[in-house]
Amino acid sequence: MTLGSEIHLQPAAVPPASRFAAIETRIDAIGSGTEPDAAPRAVAELLQLGEEILEIWVCARGQEPTYDTKEGFRLLALHRQGARGEPSFNACRETARELVYHYNLVLSEPAHPETSRRLQLTAMVAKHLCLFVSGKMQVAGLGEFCCAAKPLRGGGE
Amino acid sequence: MVDVTDKAQKYRSVAYYSGCALEGSGNGYDVSTRAIAKELGLALKDVTNWNCCGAMEVKNIDPKIQTYLSSRVLSNAVHLDGADVVMAPCNGCYHNLKKAEYELTHDPKAKEVVDKLSTKAGHETYQAGQAETIHALDWIKATIGEEGLRQRTKGRLAGLKVANYYGCMYVRPRHIFPEKDKGAGSESTSKPHFMDDLLAAAGAENVDFPLKTACCGGAHTLSDADTSTKLVLNILQAAEASGAEVIATECPTCHTGLEMHQVRAEKRFGKKTTVKMMYFTQLLGLALGIGPRKLGIHTNISDSRDLIIQKQLA
Repeated sequence: MTLGSEIHLQPAAVPPASRFAAIETRIDAIGSGTEPDAAPRAVAELLQLGEEILEIWVCARGQEPTYDTKEGFRLLALHRQGARGEPSFNACRETARELVYHYNLVLSEPAHPETSRRLQLTAMVAKHLCLFVSGKMQVAGLGEFCCAAKPLRGGGE
Repeated sequence: MVDVTDKAQKYRSVAYYSGCALEGSGNGYDVSTRAIAKELGLALKDVTNWNCCGAMEVKNIDPKIQTYLSSRVLSNAVHLDGADVVMAPCNGCYHNLKKAEYELTHDPKAKEVVDKLSTKAGHETYQAGQAETIHALDWIKATIGEEGLRQRTKGRLAGLKVANYYGCMYVRPRHIFPEKDKGAGSESTSKPHFMDDLLAAAGAENVDFPLKTACCGGAHTLSDADTSTKLVLNILQAAEASGAEVIATECPTCHTGLEMHQVRAEKRFGKKTTVKMMYFTQLLGLALGIGPRKLGIHTNISDSRDLIIQKQLA
C-alpha cells in the first residue's frame, strides 16, 4: 500500500451512504495493510477520515463544517459542533477523543514495537466513529438512508 | 475527594432495583449480583412493587412520563421500604433514575407532572434528594473496595486478560452524574475505571481497550441490525486486538448485544471472534470462590466454560 496520495476528501456531492462505505473500506485497508514505517502518515489519514465522517454529519444537518480546533484538533471541534442541539451525539465523544489519543500515541513513538497494533486499534476506533455516525444519520433520517436505499449500504437484509 | 467511610457503611444495606432486563435476558447479572452480595455480607432489599424505569419507547412519546415512572420506583423505595439508597445494576435503569433525580431538581414542569400523576396513582410523591441512586460498581467499590477484594479473592483472577466495557449510558450525559469527576475516589465520565479497579484488585490483568464507552449499537438493533452487528464486531475485534480473553460488562443491554451480534457477525458476515463475555459480578463471584452455576454463567449465550476451566476458576 502506498500512502499519502490516498489522503483526500470525497466531494460533498457524493451521497453519504457511498461516502461512508468508501471511508470504511479505506479504514479497513489502513488497519490491515500498513507497514510500521508508514504508520505516521497512516494515522494522519485516519484522523483526517475521522474529520470527514463528522463533516458529513454536520453538512447533513445543514451547517458549514468548522475549521476551528478544540484542544488542538479539528476533529474535536467538529464533534462539538455536531453535538450542538443533539445531546445523543455525545455517545461518540469518547470515540473521537480515543482517535486523537491514538493519533498522538503513534506519532509520539513511531518506532515503538507496538506501533502496528496501535495503528490497528486506531483504525478500529475510526471505524467505530464511521459506523456510529452512519447509523445515527439513518436513524435521524438524514441523507438518502431509508429502507428502499438499503442496497446502497451493501445489501442489507 | 470522596468520603469513602460514610459510603462504606451507608451502602451496606440498599434497596435493590433489578429492573426488567435482569428478570429476562440479563438474568445472570441478577443471579451473580445477589450471590456476591450474600458472600460479601451486603444486604439487598428488592424495591416493593417496582415498575419499568421508562427506558424504552415511552420516552419518545413523553419524556415526563419516563421521569414519572422512575420517580415511582424511587418513591416506593423511600416510602414503602424506608430506603435512602437505591442500587440499580442495569445501566438503563441507573441512567433513568439519575435523570429523574436531575429533572425533579431542575425542572419545575417535571415536578408538577410527577406530583399530579403520583396523586392520581395514589402514592406518595418522590421528592428530589430523598434517595441516592447508585450503580452496582459504586456499591462494591464503596463497601468492599479494592483492599477488601484483594484480601477476599487472593488474586484468583491472575492471568485473566480482561477488556472492561462500560457502554454509553453509565457516564452520559455528564450533568446527571454530579458525583462523578470529583477527583480521587470518584468515577470519571471520560475514562471510567471502577470496573477496572475492582477486577484488578481480584487479580485480573486489564488490557488497554480503546472502545470501553463506545456505542454497542443497541439503539440500532431493530432499525438497522447490520449496523449494530458491525459496531459490536468492531468492539469484539478491538478487544481481541487488545489481547483480551474476556469482556467484562456491567449493562445487560450491552452484554446481550455483544453476545447476540457475536453470533450474528459470524452468520451474516463470516467474521468469527472468540472473546468471551461475562458480567463483572460473575467475574468477581468466581474470584470469591463461588461456583459458575450459582453465578448464572451457564445462562450466558457466550460460553465461558472452557476459559473458566483453563484458568482454574472452578
